[in-house]
Amino acid sequence: MKYEAVIGLEVHVQLKTNSKMFTSVPHGFGNEPNRLIDPVVMALPGSLPVINREAVAKSIQVGMLLGCDIAEVCKWDRKNYFYPDSPKNYQISQYDQPLCLNGLVEIELAGPSRSEEGPHRKVKLTRIHLEEDVGKLTHFEQDSLVDYNRAGTPLIEIVTEPDIYSADEAFAFLTALRRILVYAGISDCDMEKGQLRCDANISIRPVGTTTLGTKVELKNLNSISGVRNGVAYEIARQNQVLAEGGSLVQETRRWDADRNMTTSMRTKEEAHDYRYFPDPDLMPVSVSEEWKAELAKDLPEVPFDRQRRYQQEFDLPYSSASVLISDRMLADFFESAVEFGGSPALLANFVVNDLTRELSSGDEGVDLSNCKVQPQGLSELVKLVEENVISNQIAREVLGEMLKSGGNPRDIVKEKGLEQSSDEGELEALCREAIAANEKAVNQYREGNAKAINAVKGFVMKATKGKANPKVVNDLIERLVNE
Amino acid sequence: MSHHNLNTLTAVELGELLAAGEISSVALTQACLDRIESVDPGVKAFLSVDREDALSQARASDERRAAGQPLGPLDGIPIALKDIVAVTGQPLTCASKMLENFVSPYDATAVHKLKEAGAVLFGRLNMDEFAMGSSTENSAFGRTSNPWDLDRVPGGSSGGSAASVAAAETVLSLGSDTGGSIRQPAAFCGTVGLKPTYGRISRYGLVAFASSLDQIGPFTRCVEDAAMFLDAACGHDPKDSTSLPGLETNFLEGMKNHRDRPWKIGVPKEFFAEGLDPEVRASVESAIQFYKESGCTVEEVSLPHSSYAVPVYYILATAEASSNLARYDGIRYGHRSSEATDGIDLYYKSRGEGFGEEVKRRIMLGTYVLSSGYYDAYYLKAQKVRSLIRKDFDDAFSKVDCLIGPATPTVAFRAGEKTDDPLSMYLSDVYTISANLAGLPAMSLPCGMSSDGCPIGLQVISPVLQEAEMLAVAKRFEEAHPYSGIVAPSNGKAGSAS
Amino acid sequence: MNPEQSIDLDRLCVLARLSLTPEEKEKLGPQLARIIGYVEQLNEVDVDGIEPMAHAIPMENVLRKDEATPLVDREKYLKNAPASRASQVVVPPVIEG
Ligand SMILES: [Mg+2]
Ligand SMILES: [Zn+2]
Repeated sequence: MKYEAVIGLEVHVQLKTNSKMFTSVPHGFGNEPNRLIDPVVMALPGSLPVINREAVAKSIQVGMLLGCDIAEVCKWDRKNYFYPDSPKNYQISQYDQPLCLNGLVEIELAGPSRSEEGPHRKVKLTRIHLEEDVGKLTHFEQDSLVDYNRAGTPLIEIVTEPDIYSADEAFAFLTALRRILVYAGISDCDMEKGQLRCDANISIRPVGTTTLGTKVELKNLNSISGVRNGVAYEIARQNQVLAEGGSLVQETRRWDADRNMTTSMRTKEEAHDYRYFPDPDLMPVSVSEEWKAELAKDLPEVPFDRQRRYQQEFDLPYSSASVLISDRMLADFFESAVEFGGSPALLANFVVNDLTRELSSGDEGVDLSNCKVQPQGLSELVKLVEENVISNQIAREVLGEMLKSGGNPRDIVKEKGLEQSSDEGELEALCREAIAANEKAVNQYREGNAKAINAVKGFVMKATKGKANPKVVNDLIERLVNE
Repeated sequence: MSHHNLNTLTAVELGELLAAGEISSVALTQACLDRIESVDPGVKAFLSVDREDALSQARASDERRAAGQPLGPLDGIPIALKDIVAVTGQPLTCASKMLENFVSPYDATAVHKLKEAGAVLFGRLNMDEFAMGSSTENSAFGRTSNPWDLDRVPGGSSGGSAASVAAAETVLSLGSDTGGSIRQPAAFCGTVGLKPTYGRISRYGLVAFASSLDQIGPFTRCVEDAAMFLDAACGHDPKDSTSLPGLETNFLEGMKNHRDRPWKIGVPKEFFAEGLDPEVRASVESAIQFYKESGCTVEEVSLPHSSYAVPVYYILATAEASSNLARYDGIRYGHRSSEATDGIDLYYKSRGEGFGEEVKRRIMLGTYVLSSGYYDAYYLKAQKVRSLIRKDFDDAFSKVDCLIGPATPTVAFRAGEKTDDPLSMYLSDVYTISANLAGLPAMSLPCGMSSDGCPIGLQVISPVLQEAEMLAVAKRFEEAHPYSGIVAPSNGKAGSAS
Repeated sequence: MNPEQSIDLDRLCVLARLSLTPEEKEKLGPQLARIIGYVEQLNEVDVDGIEPMAHAIPMENVLRKDEATPLVDREKYLKNAPASRASQVVVPPVIEG
């Protein structure tokens, strides 16, 4: 029998706020142990929680970005379970009235090649709720240590429907989700810092059937590739168990990235009874249309919408559109340059190829936001190319100079005498010289090898140090060769 | 220094003497400390007293006054604290072995406000462990006695708070009331005890028993002292999400505005049903008669769901408590078992060793009613009946200004009498619990004595936020009845009013 | 439902992470059964269409501004820990679960 996998993901994302979810202590990664604590974080007797407005606002924004139904009223519940990293031994969360319901995340699967667009589809979400993070345990031989810095960090839990069907789709989902959240400034989503964490519910069923098989909850998927590898392993394991005539048990398993395998943590019999009930310390939150309208103002266009727009409006090829939208800073830079004027195709090329390459080989800490070339400068540079003042090749040289000195491209061109030559008389003499010097190539060209003529053009360009107008040179050579 | 008996005067009177320079806060505080030394070995109201700290607060108050900068009418007045509110640098045990060594690193908001009012905050008063009980017998550190008769209980859970005021060991005291834990002991000990509207006094720093019911309130010798306490302790607190916003109040002044009104008083017929001690009934009925004679209209009203208040309470309060008390695990603070083999075993043993019998009983009950399969039948159902209880009050208050009735069905019972029967203990809160469920202000004031020489309490329940009127109602009775503000004989033998 | 049958004390002990001595269990079982039997009088009440009441005085949107307060001396919040090392709270070994 042939089986297909059905996967649902639970993704926890730390929100980028100034303070914790229920108290005004800052949160963040990389502090000394137990630096970020107060009576509320430590659950001292008598301490009480107060909701961080910004955490609610950011969660509403996530819901809007993902097309969720935002609850008119959401409430807060206690999820009761004991663990040493949980200071109150209950987690404040949202149970039956979460902030967001439904919603979709658009994913893109791999295309036939890197430069070709793959198929898109939308993965259904069940809900998004807001809760608080727990502390961190470090295990030693004799004991364990608890650091409560992370405890109380605002956390959203995004739960998908069982609507993901392969490890690659799970990977694509997380990639797309992460990009949206980073775009909107919701979270930095650094998995190494635990800002984004993922659990997967995985089952398999005979192809053609619709009921879900026995579910395994997979934990400890600590990187996006870990999600792909862990899910793939677990699907293969489940297939193998059934192929060998065994049966699956409902259980929680742990992905061990070092050993590249999953191991059982607990079975259903040991399942929790969280005894959820409304938190009497916290009042419900209602979300007005005005609040939503205010929050909508700060929302960015989602990456795939941008990609489509670049392809349609600017006629960009998938290869550059997809690179541009992969990073909001890149896309924003590009669009800003387009507004200053210049061919979008040329601008996209300069941003995607030249600028990113120059920056990645340049000084540490210099990126698009703080480098010496800003959108207006790039726009000026591209205009010079379009006006035939300089060639593409010269433009790259000018860009390098702009990055170093921060100068204006027109000034650099003038100063260095880089204007391209379009004087037909002068160029015609050079072209004749080039034809004479490349007799062999010219003959090949005449015999039908179109590329052979490049050697002749190269000669002219070299002689003019790239300043010759390539179009003029092209026309001249064609005419002279066919004379 | 003075001819005044500093142990028997009210806070209002003492405030005037302090203002007039006739007495000092140090002398007043010292008088309390002396009285504690002489009577507390019998009463056992206090778990601990930091004498040095109390006197240094008193000295600071005297200095402020000498400099012409007193902080208000409570400046220099000693207030003893139930061992359930957080005071920086002081123990916070909740009368539990679990917190035997806990020292608070922060102040409760109410404590902070009282400090800002200049009060001398001192002592840690005994209580039922984590406020669970009605007799102060559930303390891990021994029971408190009723100053009127040491063989009897002072009520609970704020038994130490009630006993300390009744025994003249402090001028006033702070307690907390979840189901009657201020009003019931106030009735048993013959003091005034008041539970404000839910949300009036911040719960930040009040160790939670049942969060949706808990309120801080005062024990005092007279009604005006309670108003003075509220003036200092009430107010919005951004650290407590259930704290009511934007209420400017001056109860001491406010109660005067209500003074001469011909109130419409409701008497809930359910409060006079079976189980009410005849002497308590007679005493409360004569108080009702007094109100009639003073020009009030008295009308029988019905609170048809009040008989469900106790079951609703024991579901909701224990459910909340089971979760609120989960944090006591011996990890960040509190009793840690030395027997634990691993991090999970640590929970079972630390909690098993650290909690007393009643606390365990309630944690188990609360865990049960929330557990999978039972939530709807118990917890959700109780929340709905709670709505009905609230609605009964709304209906009653559409007809009358306030309700009066007995605070407790009996006078103080004997120690040990109910310890083996938790249910009968729970029923001693039958008249007080509804006000907590509905969030209403309510108070108890002395209205008579039983033939055994035990105080009887009259309960006044008012609509939400109507504390000023409630105080005025109580004040009218108090003015006409000389046995208010009495101090129990220090020998602890039953005796009549002096 | 019959409360005596439905009370699984051992299960409750696990959920509440609370160990009881055999004597305590013997006493508590019947007590809980009696209390639960007593609270079951709520079954008599018709609550059709009645909203559950979660708060004594309901409010909405009690929110605070996202402002971080400066950090204070952390030691004062660790001082009550029965065991600590290197500013962390020590617990007996915890098996990852
Ligand atoms: Mg989950
Ligand atoms: Zn979660």
